Amino acid sequence: MPTLAEAAPPLAPPEPARPPRRRGRFTPYWLLLPGILWLIVFFALPLVYQASTSVQTGSLEQGYKVTWHFATYWHALAEYWPQFVRSVLYAAAATVLCLLLGYPLAYLIAFRAGRWRNLIMILVIAPFFTSFLIRTLAWKTILADNGPVVHALNTLHVLDVTGWLGWTAGDRVLATPLAVVCGLTYNFLPFMILPLYSSLERIDVRLHEAAGDLYARPWTTFRRVTFPLSMPGVVSGTLLTFIPAAGDYVNAELLGSTDTRMIGNVIQTQFLRVLDYPTAAALSFILMAAILAVVTIYIRRAGTEDLV
Amino acid sequence: MDQYEPGRLTPPQLAAVRRSLRSGRAALTRRSLLRASAGGVLTAGGLGALSACGIPAAGRTPGGTAADDRSAREKTVNFSNWTEYIDVDDSGKRHPTLAAFQRKTGITVRYTEDINDNNEFFGKIKPQLAAGQETGRDLIVLTDWLAARLIRLGWVQKLDPVNLPHAFAGLSPQFRTPDWDPGRAYSYPWQAISTVIAYNKKALNGIEVRSVSDLLDNPRLKGRVGFLSEMRDSVGMTLLDMGKDPADFTDDDYDAAIARLQKAVDKGQIRRFTGNDYTADLAKGDFAACVAWAGDVVQLKADSPDVDFIIPDSGYVTSTDNMLIPNKARHKTNAERLIDFFYEPEQAAALAAYINYVTPVDNVKPWLAKIDRDAADNPLIVPDKAMQAKSHAFRSLSQKEETAYEEKFAKLTGA
Repeated sequence: MPTLAEAAPPLAPPEPARPPRRRGRFTPYWLLLPGILWLIVFFALPLVYQASTSVQTGSLEQGYKVTWHFATYWHALAEYWPQFVRSVLYAAAATVLCLLLGYPLAYLIAFRAGRWRNLIMILVIAPFFTSFLIRTLAWKTILADNGPVVHALNTLHVLDVTGWLGWTAGDRVLATPLAVVCGLTYNFLPFMILPLYSSLERIDVRLHEAAGDLYARPWTTFRRVTFPLSMPGVVSGTLLTFIPAAGDYVNAELLGSTDTRMIGNVIQTQFLRVLDYPTAAALSFILMAAILAVVTIYIRRAGTEDLV
Repeated sequence: MDQYEPGRLTPPQLAAVRRSLRSGRAALTRRSLLRASAGGVLTAGGLGALSACGIPAAGRTPGGTAADDRSAREKTVNFSNWTEYIDVDDSGKRHPTLAAFQRKTGITVRYTEDINDNNEFFGKIKPQLAAGQETGRDLIVLTDWLAARLIRLGWVQKLDPVNLPHAFAGLSPQFRTPDWDPGRAYSYPWQAISTVIAYNKKALNGIEVRSVSDLLDNPRLKGRVGFLSEMRDSVGMTLLDMGKDPADFTDDDYDAAIARLQKAVDKGQIRRFTGNDYTADLAKGDFAACVAWAGDVVQLKADSPDVDFIIPDSGYVTSTDNMLIPNKARHKTNAERLIDFFYEPEQAAALAAYINYVTPVDNVKPWLAKIDRDAADNPLIVPDKAMQAKSHAFRSLSQKEETAYEEKFAKLTGA
């Protein structure tokens, strides 16, 4: 602290430097303004409106009024908890599958692909060039009852096992939980691979060499060096997969059946078909709260607050 | 809490901090009091904002339902319709009937295919109509239950019969007096839709399907039967199968039909409830048989020869897609002239020949025969007497019934 007073005197023409600094003080706020406005208009205001809707009662003909009818939340939870549980289970299953499929691929791209790296990256991103809907519909063709995939699975008696586990029904894959989880996994896989790749790619290869020099076998190197260093990618990848997957309704709609409907389907039905806007809004809030809770616990457990 | 590092505070400050912590009133410093009161103001403001939201009651459109009609000054009309629901020429861009309309009247039709789903479209236009604002559309096409709802809510305008001579004369008697718009004061049908049973010959492999009962009960069709996510079509066909009339049924009848469908869902007989996407399932053979819309089946048959349809002996459900003029439309007269234009037999025939739905216009057959003899003889496009006798409409529902029925149907389809 005392060094400041000693160093100051020799070079001190502070007057001309003052005005630009003053202007500069607000620059960050001006730069933040568009983002903040965007957040207010497209996030904060709709959220307030939705919060209001969830405590309203009425009908289209009589109009809707805020009556602080919090019972809507209890009713929604009591009525639709199975779909909540199902959404979390499906999203978790899809996230684990994404991690199992995505990690080796990201590892390959980061360390082994060499000159094929860019090509493989393009292949990972390429599905995004077509619409989400088309990609999901394509799975209906892939998994068609008379298609080669289902035929092969039947021949190998895989469907007997999955059927016994309750993942499929009869000798088909479409319109079963397995199809929905497969669709979710496929659609959100790039969201897992990209963050994994970016954190794996940053790892210094010399650390692997050092581990080898210290007599670590490849598996030990992976377990003690690579995997811990890639945790930021694992955490952000799992979050980017789990959160949208839990709220997804397209996969359940197109690939599922009546017993695979997720909470997104319920919200859509309540809002568009039954016209029960309060219940739809309450369900959305419960979903947000549930995801927030799950994610908070997860981040605490993963111990990577500073990495996300 | 860095600022309370003991070394940086004077002894009296330190003593004060300790005192306030000990007496359990640490929260009550000036700063926290300010923060608390600011929070209180924000909460109160937030609650106020929450209360201020809400949707006004329908039917009280501020400033009346009509807008200043600019039809005479602006020779345009904004027409919103479903996708692939009008004739297209070989270039795939121009619509011959709309071009003919422009030649005849000088009015340009701005044609937009922005309706994909009744419920979604309702969600889209609801905010404007509820607030008494214009939607930017002069003419919209909606299925009759939604048309009924808009009429009930007072969100569409009464049509001026002076502008509708052909429509008045040409409308097929079958569609003249729906219970939700007797005498067609607000709406005229664009096309009518028959709900039938479609099947894939190859997938059926000799299994006979003649009725909804076969769909629901035949164990050999387990997991290969589809129903529609449109409540009125699925429940209507089931009601007919149970010997009830969808035009006149009670709550108990409805519940019985839902229970019958629920049984089939529970035992895995029904694979899925679908929207328009059932056509793919049917063509691939994932559905062996399903409840389907006849217009789709006529088009599907052309591409996949295995697909065909039957009309159950118990009858079939007919609905219409109706042209309506929403409140505050800018070109009401032009829209009415467009409605009337499509009731000229020549134009109705041109349209029917292209899109293969049931034409709501009487005496189209000779005109249609000139364009396409097969279409003119197809009872799915021009219904004959026998077809008309089997046709049943689903009665209109009160708002209460609609909510309760949709809720029950939503439960059936997995919510």
